[in-house]
Amino acid sequence: MTVYWLCFILFLTGLYGVITRRNLIKIAISLSVMEFSCFLFLALIGYKEGGVAPIVDMADPIKPYVDPLPQAMVLTAIVIGLATTAMLMAVIIRIYRKYGTFDIREIKNLRG
Amino acid sequence: MMNPLIPLLVAIPLAGSFLTMILGRFIPGIPRYMALATLLLIAFISFWLLVPGGTASSVYTLGGWEPVSGVPIGLYLIHDGFSALVLCIISVIGLLSVTYSVSYMARYTNENYFYSLFCLMIAGMNGVVLSGDIFNIFVFLEISAISSYALVAFGVEKNELEATLKYQVLGAVASFMVLFAIGFIYWSAKTLNIADIRTAFSEGSQGSHYILIQILILTGFGLKAAIIPFHAWLPDAHSSAPSPISAMLSGVLIKAVGIYVIIRLFFNMFEITEGMATAITTLGALSMVVGTFLAFGQWDIKRLLAYSSISQMGYVVMSVGIGMLVMARGLRSDVAALAITGGIFHMINHAAFKGLLFLNAGAIEYSAGTRDLREMGGLAKNMPVTSATSLAASLSISGIPPFNGFFSKLIIIIAAVMGHFYLLAALAAVVSIITLAYFMKFQRYAFYNVEPGKIKKEIREVPVPMLLSMITLAVVCLLLSLLALPGIRESVLSPATEILMDQLKYSSQITGM
Repeated sequence: MTVYWLCFILFLTGLYGVITRRNLIKIAISLSVMEFSCFLFLALIGYKEGGVAPIVDMADPIKPYVDPLPQAMVLTAIVIGLATTAMLMAVIIRIYRKYGTFDIREIKNLRG
Repeated sequence: MMNPLIPLLVAIPLAGSFLTMILGRFIPGIPRYMALATLLLIAFISFWLLVPGGTASSVYTLGGWEPVSGVPIGLYLIHDGFSALVLCIISVIGLLSVTYSVSYMARYTNENYFYSLFCLMIAGMNGVVLSGDIFNIFVFLEISAISSYALVAFGVEKNELEATLKYQVLGAVASFMVLFAIGFIYWSAKTLNIADIRTAFSEGSQGSHYILIQILILTGFGLKAAIIPFHAWLPDAHSSAPSPISAMLSGVLIKAVGIYVIIRLFFNMFEITEGMATAITTLGALSMVVGTFLAFGQWDIKRLLAYSSISQMGYVVMSVGIGMLVMARGLRSDVAALAITGGIFHMINHAAFKGLLFLNAGAIEYSAGTRDLREMGGLAKNMPVTSATSLAASLSISGIPPFNGFFSKLIIIIAAVMGHFYLLAALAAVVSIITLAYFMKFQRYAFYNVEPGKIKKEIREVPVPMLLSMITLAVVCLLLSLLALPGIRESVLSPATEILMDQLKYSSQITGM
């Protein structure tokens, strides 16, 4: 049970970072922390104590297998996460070129 | 009953997107025609599927994996009464936005990227609407979200970048909440299929974190739908995007990936509980009231329209919430059906009139070169078509009788009164009046209110493709009010309500039991 709580704390740490940090790069890193806590959680769900990879051996088919579906989900989610992070970084670089700063307090053209 | 047309709704825009990107490099000028052809095909297929749809919904199993003893194991695409309507909205608004873009986007560079991303966004939304699998909803949600982040930033100026940054950070937080909730759902239900999760939950394997799952789902998709405490990104993103994209975001995206998924999951996946129903109704009423007051003070046309979107989506969420509350209390199911019908009807109507209003705002920006209401005036003489269509849309959104907005708001208010929610009914009526007030402000400052000697002669009406989309949408606004007529309502809106209200129908079509 402890690992699940640690995983949730990691998620909250990421959320705290997104809310409190002022540097755009640090916000992006905090988002990655949140993202990876989700991946960790998904991987933990499929894990079984002493489980083996789910490749059925016909000679001895009954073994404690780990659940392969969350692993497939994590792989898909990692690919999506790569796209999101790349997109966010591209925007942050563009913002740096236009505003000359990474400080989120200086970026406040839109109001109201 | 496998319908081979269903996967094409996702496959065509996906293929269109990549082909546009590749061919656009070699043949200049072709991207717009490819995007138009893609959207025309999609529109044709979604209407073709709507007409014989009726009450019979069809299921497509990817790869042909049939359920094993009632347990679905493959990936499912489900086309039923509710998703059929949303698919039609997506394709119609998409088609008209592309037509509009042909002239509007001529000012921007990299035309093939624009049309490619546009098709990708359509593919993502169609996927979300059709998917019967909660993880696939997440995947398609991300596809549409990433392409919309890029489209909001298409102008790459200071404002666009700031808006897209806010949108991306909040969108990413929403996505992770959804992913976290999917993890919890898989943990307790051991399946990802929506119908199967429903069976698992109703058999009591809900676990102690059932409430947490519901809150994570509501927050995650609420952020995508910009319900009021989660709305911060919407006015910036929707006002900074190019106008056809604003029309898509406000008209379609927040519905397809936000409201649609909330309604689908809370009716067809979770058991309806009174607590969550109250929460959804409260959030809806809050959005409706706060959104309209925020819209009232705006001078930038597109920000005004964006805040008004929040308020109108509040109507939809509140009305569906009333339906849930009535169902949870086990009271009259006809009132619940009326409330849900009202919500879905208003969602369709909002796509038409808000799409049109954003296209009008784009036309004004295109010709007059400003979005500030205080710098305009007297445009009615220079731009007669824009003025007339925007008047139609404004009357529609404020609920004036011959137009569609009146009928959906009327249904919502009647349902609220019949369910004994008198306060909500009164709020809905008052908000409608305030909406009329700020749209009259928009009309007066933009099109009339001529100060002598300030008439600008050089402002001219916009090119034909833009006019064509605006006139079509204005006609659609009028025609949609026909959906309120008894004969037509039963064949179009009722299947959507039935699939949501019938607890067993949705899951039985998948498991075949």
